[in-house]
Amino acid sequence: MRQLFRLNEIVEKKELAPRIKEIKVYNPRIAAKARAGQFVIVKVGEEGERIPLTIADWDREKGLITIVFQEVGVSTYKLGRLGVGDVITDVVGPLGNPSEIEKFGTVVCVGGGVGIAAIYPMAKELKKAGNRVISIIGARNKDLLIYEEEMRRVSDELRITTDDGSKGRKGFVSDELRDLLNSGLKVDRVIAVGPAIMMKTCADVTRPFNVKTIVSLNSLMLCGMGMCGACRVEVGGKTRFVCVDGPDFDAHQVNFDVLIKRLNAYKAEEQLALKRFLEVKA
Amino acid sequence: MPVKDRVEMRKLPVEKRIRSFEEVALGYTEEEAIQEAKRCLQCPPRPCVQGCPVGIEIPRFIKKIAEGDFLSAYKIIKERNAIPAITGRVCPQEHQCEGVCVLNKLKKPTAIGALERFVADWALKEGVAKELAEKEIANRPSNGNIKVAVVGSGPAGITVAADLAKLGYEVTMFEALHKPGGVLMYGIPEFRLPKRIVEYEIDYLRRLGVDIETNVLIGRTYTIKDLLEDGYKAVFLGTGAGTPKFPGIPGETLVNIYSANEFLTRVNLMKAYLFPQYDTPIKIGKRVAVIGGGNVAMDAARTAVRLGAEEVYILYRRTEEEMPARREEVINAKEEGVKFQLLTQPIRFIGNKDDILTGIECIRMQLGEPDATGRRKPIPVPGSEFIFEADTAIIAIGAHPNPLIARTTPEIKVDEEGRVITDSELRTSMKRVYAAGDIVLGEATVIEAMGTGRRASQTIHRDISEGRI
Repeated sequence: MRQLFRLNEIVEKKELAPRIKEIKVYNPRIAAKARAGQFVIVKVGEEGERIPLTIADWDREKGLITIVFQEVGVSTYKLGRLGVGDVITDVVGPLGNPSEIEKFGTVVCVGGGVGIAAIYPMAKELKKAGNRVISIIGARNKDLLIYEEEMRRVSDELRITTDDGSKGRKGFVSDELRDLLNSGLKVDRVIAVGPAIMMKTCADVTRPFNVKTIVSLNSLMLCGMGMCGACRVEVGGKTRFVCVDGPDFDAHQVNFDVLIKRLNAYKAEEQLALKRFLEVKA
Repeated sequence: MPVKDRVEMRKLPVEKRIRSFEEVALGYTEEEAIQEAKRCLQCPPRPCVQGCPVGIEIPRFIKKIAEGDFLSAYKIIKERNAIPAITGRVCPQEHQCEGVCVLNKLKKPTAIGALERFVADWALKEGVAKELAEKEIANRPSNGNIKVAVVGSGPAGITVAADLAKLGYEVTMFEALHKPGGVLMYGIPEFRLPKRIVEYEIDYLRRLGVDIETNVLIGRTYTIKDLLEDGYKAVFLGTGAGTPKFPGIPGETLVNIYSANEFLTRVNLMKAYLFPQYDTPIKIGKRVAVIGGGNVAMDAARTAVRLGAEEVYILYRRTEEEMPARREEVINAKEEGVKFQLLTQPIRFIGNKDDILTGIECIRMQLGEPDATGRRKPIPVPGSEFIFEADTAIIAIGAHPNPLIARTTPEIKVDEEGRVITDSELRTSMKRVYAAGDIVLGEATVIEAMGTGRRASQTIHRDISEGRI
């Protein structure tokens, strides 16, 4: 017999790595519609902030969505403190345009840090669509590397990098990507998801090879539905909204410097809030 | 006999206003309301009723106030207007009912807005709104459990939901944000429209039996097709004009440039003024430039004052005469220290090495011939460029209809501005789907949205009861 949960109840929780958590949340209406590349906006508690998080996976039968997040600020810490049986105050989605999934030929999926959880559904769908999927995933060290097995399952080939060389190649995912392209392999498309600086470097790597490259942008966001413009970025010289025009964009058209500077807009406030939160809760 | 002066509403003193988000206008006492109501001439042509987009029987309710019968006054307003406590506060009465009042010839129109607000607040205080809702429910006709979906919980959606619930339909209202109320909740600030009043009016909808589902984005969570296939006989779209316009000039992605929607949403909906007790932060600089001359620009400027900005400027490309903002809000803004930099058009935002805003390059304007809106067209004065120093900019130059429904529902035709195209009775190009409010009008006022909402609900009721859908 199927067990019934309350809307937005956390039904499973796992720590994938220090500070990186995976939760499965009961929300059948989002699970029914979710597609690769889409995200949800989550708010924890009355005082909570609205934050965007990628949908890493879904189970339409059971009505579950999987969210992977790293505890970096007050909002993700608050989410991380919720356990199985707790209900997340607000979850809305699926938001954003689904990723373009077609048979392109050979696709390289590049994931960095928590971005691996975001690239996973894309790799999975691209594989299903008949592509040859080569995945490159990386983290600072082996303890922080997540979704290795998941990625292996949906990739024809999996390559790993760590900054400190504790697993796989020592270096960045972009180094591995460069070597792959230099090897002369015909690549039809590259998709990169991770920290803004990583996506910027990947875009720089693929540009001379003229390979179509897609990135999923992680700008600051407030409403998530095209109402506020907080998430605006410059793409091809024009102002675009990540939430309704993206989150996927042509990497070679994105002004990453603007993205990175806007991501840092509230650094001081974020640190203040986190310090206060950790002191109060300690 | 000389016409007596209007009884003006008392206001919170300026020094108290600029440090808090408390409501500025304090409303009438019973005596003041009766005194003002007696000024109404009860003239037979009743131009005010025509001037009201929802056709409130204004002289009738004012007469009841003059007689001290506030309950009857309230019932008369409620016949036509589901949310009088809100419209009494935010309607641009000088362009509507009060603008056509015969006493306006002497510049002393009856204070219809203040009287409407008085009655609504009285009803709220006395708890009669609740009783009235219960009576409506008890007396409502049975409509065979016909389900209708209302998309968006702003002024248009509220009107349609209330109308159809009273007619016996089972109404579900969908809101994409985590709180219902639309622009009333995220846009209009607390000091002009206290959120407890919005919550009270929303609660009235619940009492009428309207089921409100938040966190549902139609077009994504459910499509319109899903709703129609899921047993909703009709779908009403009241998704508003929620997508902010940006001027399209260099530098608009710099840090510390906000759209008014973002700025106001952070403060109103997310309570950023209580950061870090609330998690959503907001940056406020020393010298704030608000670009635009409408009500939203005034709201943003006055909010910036309250957040502690040292200097707040309105940058507007025409003169005060052409400003679309309500007169009262312009006066309030000036009283609170907002400065007006008129005939000024931004042409470029300037940032430092970290892409943080430091100034705005502007050009002086002069007024030319009247344009399509009848206002004199601003023309740049060659060579008059100058740098306006500012560390925060808030862009309040208007909004587009939200594009999501059109993008996800190609059956619904929109015009080149993204407005949903309807027939004269507010049917869209998709069968069983209706629309009203800003998604149809572009940018209009709360009451205009409600007026079209009223017409849409009548069409929906007619189409259903006459078996057309």
